[in-house]
Amino acid sequence: MTENQNILEANSLTMSFGGLTAVANLSFCLRKGELVGLIGPNGAGKTTVFNMLTGVYAPTEGSILLNQGDKKQAISGLPPYKITQKGIARTFQNIRLFNKLSVLDNVRIAFHFSRSYSMFHSFFLTPLFWREEKKITADATELLALLRLEERKNDLAKNLSYGEMRRLEIARALATHPQILLLDEPAAGMNPQETEELSELINLIREKFSLTILLIEHDMSLVMKLCEKIMVLDYGMMIASGTPEEICHSKRVIEAYLGEEV
Amino acid sequence: MGLFVQQIVNGLALGSIYALIALGYTMVYGIIRLINFAHGDIYMIGAFVGYFALTTFNLPFGVSLVLAMLIPAILGMLIERVAYRPLRKSPSIAVLITAIGVSLLIENLAILWFSPDPRPFPQIFPNMPLDFFGIKISIPQIIVFLTSVALMIALNFLVQKTKIGKAMRAVSQDKEAASLMGIDTDRIISLTFAIGSALAGAAGVMVGVIYPRIQPLMGVMPGLKAFVSAVLGGIGSIPGAMLGGLIMGLTESLVTALISSTWRDAIAFGLLIVILLVKPSGILGKSTREKV
Repeated sequence: MTENQNILEANSLTMSFGGLTAVANLSFCLRKGELVGLIGPNGAGKTTVFNMLTGVYAPTEGSILLNQGDKKQAISGLPPYKITQKGIARTFQNIRLFNKLSVLDNVRIAFHFSRSYSMFHSFFLTPLFWREEKKITADATELLALLRLEERKNDLAKNLSYGEMRRLEIARALATHPQILLLDEPAAGMNPQETEELSELINLIREKFSLTILLIEHDMSLVMKLCEKIMVLDYGMMIASGTPEEICHSKRVIEAYLGEEV
Repeated sequence: MGLFVQQIVNGLALGSIYALIALGYTMVYGIIRLINFAHGDIYMIGAFVGYFALTTFNLPFGVSLVLAMLIPAILGMLIERVAYRPLRKSPSIAVLITAIGVSLLIENLAILWFSPDPRPFPQIFPNMPLDFFGIKISIPQIIVFLTSVALMIALNFLVQKTKIGKAMRAVSQDKEAASLMGIDTDRIISLTFAIGSALAGAAGVMVGVIYPRIQPLMGVMPGLKAFVSAVLGGIGSIPGAMLGGLIMGLTESLVTALISSTWRDAIAFGLLIVILLVKPSGILGKSTREKV
């Protein structure tokens, strides 16, 4: 796959809830390996875009195509678990870990579907079962080490600090072996120091797992620093897209967004 | 003192049956927040499958027990698929009423097909009491208790260690997040019904072993009591259902022996009222989780 190939194409996506159109006629492409920011005022429809990409909502209109190797396949309307299995993972704006499970189990669950031992092996405790479970635990531990969570692996997820929870969400998403990672406000509620660490972490995982990343974020300094391309949504419509430089100087963006923010 | 200990033994045997049924209630509740009122009837079907396997088909006990778990498991999945899944997005009251409907349907079909007359469950194990220092424990009681404990240990392993179990726990906490981790939530819900129903089916055979009389409405009362056990232990909690079932069995057998059998049911359900007043989340239940 060449560097410039589109890995994901969204064509005229529209999402209506009754009379309310949350996203209207939105088209965009993600290139392989790209880090794209998705910004916009609150309620602009950013998370709705994520929900359509991951299958939580089926778009009212439009299609989403995923390119894998040579084949292009429509994923709009598939159930979330199938889309995850095809290689799109996400984190949540309001952290949604499995609070009553240990840190390690949170990650192991996400590893599970990719290691296919059948129910037969669970019931009869075959050697394959033990081998696979051991491998999953080893992989999960390695991933936790990468995200500096190894020491907390036996704690319940709910007992983590806020920054740790955000990192665990990323670990859990990575465990599904994604090609595309959708990060929904990963820096929300972090102090400048933590945000700094987060941006290093994003660069690290992007490199290590050769990810394409779509990032929703309100922290402009982070977006401007990390992203190669930025898309701006307002009232469900794309009002601008381009390099951080271009976005900074776009009059429409400043009117709709940056002007109001400060 | 001898009588007291004797009743504890009887209570444990009965309680382990309640525990098996209660597990199905608690697992289904844990995963889709539904009190599956048809669950007691699945237990009845288990007893009948065991009965036919042992008498009509003359199968060995082990095979009959497996069949009496397998067929209810399939039935449980079928009920979920046909009656509950289409209502997944409906208000919970709609599903609850459907569950009552399913329960009545199964009971009446059973009356139609199996006739309402009680049948004697074949006695495979010699009803010979073994004497342990003056406490009489019958072989059926031992079989029932050991089988139940083995099943509960197996269930615990399944839930704690395997990917199905972890997926179940994930789905029960956050369905949407679970599906975004690549888990087919519908399949996991279906499996939860299968496992819960298989345990109820096993309980049906167990009850046939110690109280050898089965009939189509036999599931109603034990179903309700197992439900109370699940609430007692903390609904949604698997160890809670086991504990609740044992407490229920012990209470019943002690009340029967020390007070009077006419008080048995009143006290069993009185227990529900007390627990709802004192600790609504049950003995091992966690207080309702707050949404952030």
